[in-house]
This record gives sequence, C-alpha cells and structure tokens, in this order.
Amino acid sequence: MVGPVSIPGGGVLRELADRLPLIEVSSGLSERDATILWDLRMPRVVLGGLVGAMLALAGAAYQGVFRNPLADPYLLGVAAGAGLGATLVIAYLPNVSEWPVDPLPLAAFVGALVGVFATYTLGRAGERSRTASTLILAGVAMASFLTALQTYVQQRESDTLRQVFAWILGQLTTASWREVLLVLPYVVVSGATIILHRRLLDVMTVGDEEADALGVDTRRIRLLIVVAASLGTAAAVSVSGLIAFVGIIVPHTIRLLLGSSYRVVLPLSVLFGGTFLILADLAARTAIAPAEVPIGVITAFLGAPFFLFVLRRSRTIS
Amino acid sequence: MIDIELRDVSVRLGGNVIVDSLGMDVPGSTWVGIIGPNGAGKTTLLRCLTGAVAYSGSVRIGDDRVADLDRRSLARLIAYVPQLPYIPRAMTVTDYVLMGRTPYISYFGMETASDLRVVTDVLGRLELAGFARRQLGSLSGGELQRVVLGRALAQQAPVLVLDEPTSALDVGHQQQVLELVDSLRKEHSLTVLSAMHDLTLAGQFSDHLVLMRDGKVVARGSAEQVLTEEAIRAHYGASVKVVRDNGTVVVVPTRAATKADV
Repeated sequence: MVGPVSIPGGGVLRELADRLPLIEVSSGLSERDATILWDLRMPRVVLGGLVGAMLALAGAAYQGVFRNPLADPYLLGVAAGAGLGATLVIAYLPNVSEWPVDPLPLAAFVGALVGVFATYTLGRAGERSRTASTLILAGVAMASFLTALQTYVQQRESDTLRQVFAWILGQLTTASWREVLLVLPYVVVSGATIILHRRLLDVMTVGDEEADALGVDTRRIRLLIVVAASLGTAAAVSVSGLIAFVGIIVPHTIRLLLGSSYRVVLPLSVLFGGTFLILADLAARTAIAPAEVPIGVITAFLGAPFFLFVLRRSRTIS
Repeated sequence: MIDIELRDVSVRLGGNVIVDSLGMDVPGSTWVGIIGPNGAGKTTLLRCLTGAVAYSGSVRIGDDRVADLDRRSLARLIAYVPQLPYIPRAMTVTDYVLMGRTPYISYFGMETASDLRVVTDVLGRLELAGFARRQLGSLSGGELQRVVLGRALAQQAPVLVLDEPTSALDVGHQQQVLELVDSLRKEHSLTVLSAMHDLTLAGQFSDHLVLMRDGKVVARGSAEQVLTEEAIRAHYGASVKVVRDNGTVVVVPTRAATKADV
C-alpha cells in the first residue's frame, strides 16, 4: 500500500482475497497496480518476513546451544564467509546481470557454509574438547580472517566498492518470487529442526555436564542446531545481504518481555523476527523515498534504541 | 537394589593421575560416603559413574557396564547432583524439576501428564508444593538445594550420586537434607554414593566410609574404623579430637595453642 506508487488499501485486501482458492472478487485495481502489488511488493514483504524469521530463530538457537547471550547467527563465520563470496563475485565477475542465473546468492551461500565448516573443523582440532567456547573463539578468528580477505579484495577493486558496501549493509530491493522460492525450503527445514528441539534447548540451559547426566547428547544436538541454523542463515543472507542485529535483539526482547523458555522464545522469534524485518523494510523504502536506506541501517537505527528501552524497563521491573 | 562395582579405575587429566587404579564396592541400598582432602579425586571419581570423564578400568552399575550404556539408559540408572549446579534463575521450580524426566521423554517429545504427576509427588515429598510456580532466583540456599535434589529424585533412578550435597548449607539445613536423602534411600532402596567434607556428618549418615588421597583409597570401613585422629592428621594435615559418643563419631578441630597461652 505504501510506496512511491500508492495503492488503495481496500483494493489490496480484495486483490489478496481474490488470489485465495475458491474466492472470486474484483479488486478494482488497475493492471499496473496489481502488477506492482504482486511482482514487486508482495515478494518483498514475504522475503522480508522469511529472512527476519530465520535470522531471529537462528540467533535464538545459537544463544541456546552456546549458552551465550551475545551469540548471533553470524557468530561462526556465516557473515564473513558470505561477505567474501559476494565480494568476489561483484569484484571479479563482470556483467552478471546478463547471466542466466545470478551467481551472487550462490557465492554468498557457499561462502557462508565454507566459513562455518572451517570454524567447526578448527574448533574441533583441540583434541576431544569441542566445547562451546572453543567454537566461539574459532568463529571469531575465522571471521577476522575472512573479513581481512574480503577487505583486501574490496580495496583492490575499489570501483565496485559501492556495490559491495550496499550488499554488506543488506537489502531486499531485488526481491522477487524467485528469491522467495530459493530461500523458503531452507527456512522451513532449518526452522522446523530448531523448533523441534525447543524442549532439549531448555534442558541445555543447565550446561553440558548436567544435561549429559540427564541423558541428553549435548554435542550432537549442538552440531545439529549449528548445521540447521547455519544453513538457514546462509540461505537468508544469500538473498538479503548481511542484515545486522535481528538475531540478537528479537530473541532478547522476547526473553525480557515473556520469559526465557525456548518453548516461548523459538516460535515467537519466527513471528516477531518476520514482523520486525517487514516493518524495517517499510521504513527503509519510505524514509527518504524514492531513494532507499539500506535495511541493515534501519534495523540497527530503530532496533538498538528499542532494545535499550526494553532492557531498562525490565531492569526496573525486576 | 543396585550394586556399584569399580575395578582398577584410573583417570588421567593433562598428564596427571587423578584417580589411580581404584577399586570399590557399593552394596545395593547402602550409603557410601567418600571423604578426603581437597584434590583427592573425589569429584572425578563420581564423574566416572556419570560417564562425564574418560577412564580406564571398569565401572559396573547393577548388571551393566557404564561404558556400554547410552546416555538415556545411564540417566535412568544414576541421578547426579553436582557440587555447584547451574541455577537458571528465571526458571520455575516445576520446570526445573521436570527436567529430571528427560531420560523418559522421546527425542522430540514433550512432558506428559504422568511426568507432571511424578514432579508433583516429588515436590510434595520435599515440602516444596507451595513453591511450584516460584522462580529459582527467588529461593533461599536451603530451598534451592531441595529443588536440585528434587530434580534428581524425578529421575527415579535407583542410584543417587551426590557431590558435596550440603556444602552451601547451615548446620540445620545440612541435617535436614541428609535426613531426607536417608529416608528416601530407605523408602525406595536407593544406593547412595556421596562425596562429603564434614567428617562428623559423613560418619553419621554413611554405612561405609571411603577415605581417598591422591587418587587412591587409603582407608575404608565404618566411621569408627576410618575416622581416627591419626588418619585425619596424616591425610588432611589437621589437628582434631575424635570423640566417640553413643555410637556416633564426632570429629572436633583443635588448636595447638589456645588463647590463654598467648
């Protein structure tokens, strides 16, 4: 409804209803408006919802298996790997727009997975003790290394700097149904895997040794959750870029307002994460229309003060 | 009634021998207290039973070797209360004790009404019924200790392993918790193995005492046999007076120089 071209709200609702099976109504929208609605705005909203849900869910899951409130979906090298993959394509592959398939999401996806895989392999190297904290430290090291490579490439090919930077700050501008279909299976499978573990994540809050003594295989669950969350995050960032902050503030806001059980935090992360990113994208599109603000700027600009507000409020309550 | 049998158990951590070719038998439904100075290897020995530490030798619980059991089966046999359990402060008492049902719930499953019944029973037994909805962060040290014990009891395991179960408690609560464990042991024929610092309490509540030092057993037997002034001086480096009073052994620390001498 809101954007450079204004479409009446009632028409939008009727048009949406018309697309539901067994319902036939006339929306009264012009063909141009209907096209804008269906081919530009709807996929963007849906993609924003999927990416936001995935990032928030992955953040909550990482915070659970690492028992670390600062863990976020980019912790184990996903972001740095995706950034490097995307930068390589932007810097060295000219005229990708003429390619039959855009290699950018694929490169970001592969880069993200390579980053996590390298972190996991390195984190394991210290004999049997693949503890949560060695993995986090390996992630920090791997992220620095990949970011250094990415910065080097970016500086060498400075004429593509703007494009690289736009990607890193995150955007949903290129959203189409193709991206939605690309991301959907990953979000569904990895989201379902994470949510099915909600009870076990609650048990894991008491730490590995106690959870093990209660009959839980904490190492296997950590691996499974890391794989699921990383796959989902890699798919999300491959189409949206590195949208910051969603994976931290959404789960923590839910915890502060509604308690820290993963039975509450995980399902609501899907809902709140999706909603938050859709609203942030709305602000990104309209704040300085017809130009767009990178959505990562909006998530941090709006998210950080809101999060601080919730944090202060919950302190005064307790 | 489940016996525990350790044979030639050794644990090496970072090149140090923490437990050294140790053998021990815990007869079914008895309470064995493990005593010994700091660093003797008591906690590490208990962690061998829960499979938390790699060891050589054999640990049997009933008819099963611990090494052959998967985690769930082991958790149905042994309930373990660590020395410093992690307390999720925002969790309610009921949710915390419900975690004890984990070994009975399928991987993706959720707690059932029968799990909740077990928890309600346990809370009633520990006089915690009124605390069911309270958050752990709002409880006192004594209440928390009972809640942690409650989680172990909800596991309905025949073996209870306690690491310093009363170290954080005042003398009244120490007695209360230990009496509770003892009455539960008698009621459910539990086998109890506990590491203990307070020698008098260890002697009063255990059927047998095992004195460890440097990963080895240096004395074992009844409180009368193990708690002697010589043994405590030799292994703890402590100067004590041992008083035998009406069948119990009381260990009193003494000072070589009294205030009057100074």
